[in-house]
Amino acid sequence: MNAFANIRTIMKRELSGYFTSPIAYVFLVIFLLLTGFFTFTIGNFFERGEASLVSFFTWHPWLYLFLVPAVGMRLWSEERRLGTMELLLTMPITSWQAIVGKFLASWLFLALALALTFPVVITVNYFGDPDNGVIFAGYVGSLMLAGSYLAVTCMTSALTRNQVISFILSVMICLFLILAGYTPVTDLLTRFVSPVVVDVVAAFSVMTHFEGFQRGVLDTRDVVFFASVIGFMLFTTGVIIRNQRAG
Amino acid sequence: MISVEHLVKAFGPKLAVNDVSFSVERGEVLGFLGPNGAGKSTTMRMITGYYPPTSGRIMVGGHDMVEDPIAAKRLIGYLPENAPGYADMTVNGFLNFCAELRGLQGDARKRAVHRAVELCFLDSVLYQSIDTLSKGYKHRTCLAQSLIHDPDVLILDEPTDGLDPNQKHEVRGLIKRLGENKVVIFSTHILEEVEAACTRVIIIDRGRIVASGTPAELKARSPEGKLDEVFRAITLPDTVKVKAEARA
Repeated sequence: MNAFANIRTIMKRELSGYFTSPIAYVFLVIFLLLTGFFTFTIGNFFERGEASLVSFFTWHPWLYLFLVPAVGMRLWSEERRLGTMELLLTMPITSWQAIVGKFLASWLFLALALALTFPVVITVNYFGDPDNGVIFAGYVGSLMLAGSYLAVTCMTSALTRNQVISFILSVMICLFLILAGYTPVTDLLTRFVSPVVVDVVAAFSVMTHFEGFQRGVLDTRDVVFFASVIGFMLFTTGVIIRNQRAG
Repeated sequence: MISVEHLVKAFGPKLAVNDVSFSVERGEVLGFLGPNGAGKSTTMRMITGYYPPTSGRIMVGGHDMVEDPIAAKRLIGYLPENAPGYADMTVNGFLNFCAELRGLQGDARKRAVHRAVELCFLDSVLYQSIDTLSKGYKHRTCLAQSLIHDPDVLILDEPTDGLDPNQKHEVRGLIKRLGENKVVIFSTHILEEVEAACTRVIIIDRGRIVASGTPAELKARSPEGKLDEVFRAITLPDTVKVKAEARA
């Protein structure tokens, strides 16, 4: 019970931190503009002539690649820079409560950004008769994808007090998570190594697991994949934070 | 109330704190004195549970800081060095956040925040964000945070650093008052502060305790009865002789 109260307190502080600074508004506006631009202009939403949000979800792994690290890069590096980490970790809470609280706050913020894309759902329903189950699955997948990137950023922000370094490291790791299963890359790989190896590498990619959601399939394996990326990265964050203090 | 036994902290090959032992009881104000980099902050960070010790034992109110950190941390109020605070929060928001983490809810939280604000004279800046505060107010905000749950143990790392003479005087008075029924450990390198507020002094140099006693006892070691002479004599790097005396 106590653990939940602590997590909630930290979450509340972190979330209000987004809104007391311009970060939240800048992010929301840019996110919505970019999703709109990619969906309608680059994704040819209207010319496709089909009632689906494929042109909307396809871009998410690439959009999140830059936007999610921007949201999460300050999570721990800011604490270290300000010295508030010392304050936070000498409070009667465990470090995992702080880690989970911070992560959930940023994830909730990303969920809000994603929820604000609702006009695209209205649009597609207005013009055609889409399968809203598929759209729902797409949203779930997109949220899991954002959570995975965010957990990676959480880890990189614990590594350094410099937000820029934290941002770049996390973009690199997320890029790897994309490219391992990105079709042009896997096609290239098949020329050099056996298909089994390609499959193993691709299994580590968020692309492979995000595809299912886009097709409207809520596969447990995909959910487990994203959940374990999140779990593993948050666990690593905990180890990093502990080791820094152990000297 | 607090006992520290054979505390050691190593950062790589460097020993920041080397075999420090002492204990403090309720009603005592213990001053940590020492040159910069002597290991004062590191010792305090271990007592408050921020740094795990390399070896040694820390007991706070009967709770082992390593085995049962949550119970031990509950008893402590801590003002870290440089008085950190969340830049984007208001003083009121920050204090409420800290009170919540201390398990205070509803009316109890309101009362606790109100009391801390009064103790540290923060009324005029209550709704100002922390990054706009002057150094003195920022310091007092962090001090208020350490007092918010009326802790039995107060650990203050350079509580008067960056304050003007009036504020210094206030904080010293506050430490003295609080020390009457709590344990207070504070670090400083201002010698008159020690005389003004402490019941006992520990001088640390290069990770070791080189002297300990009441301010009067330490002063008696110098022919002129001045604390700064004693301090300079014990903490000079080449005064092995004096160190040996201190141990004897």
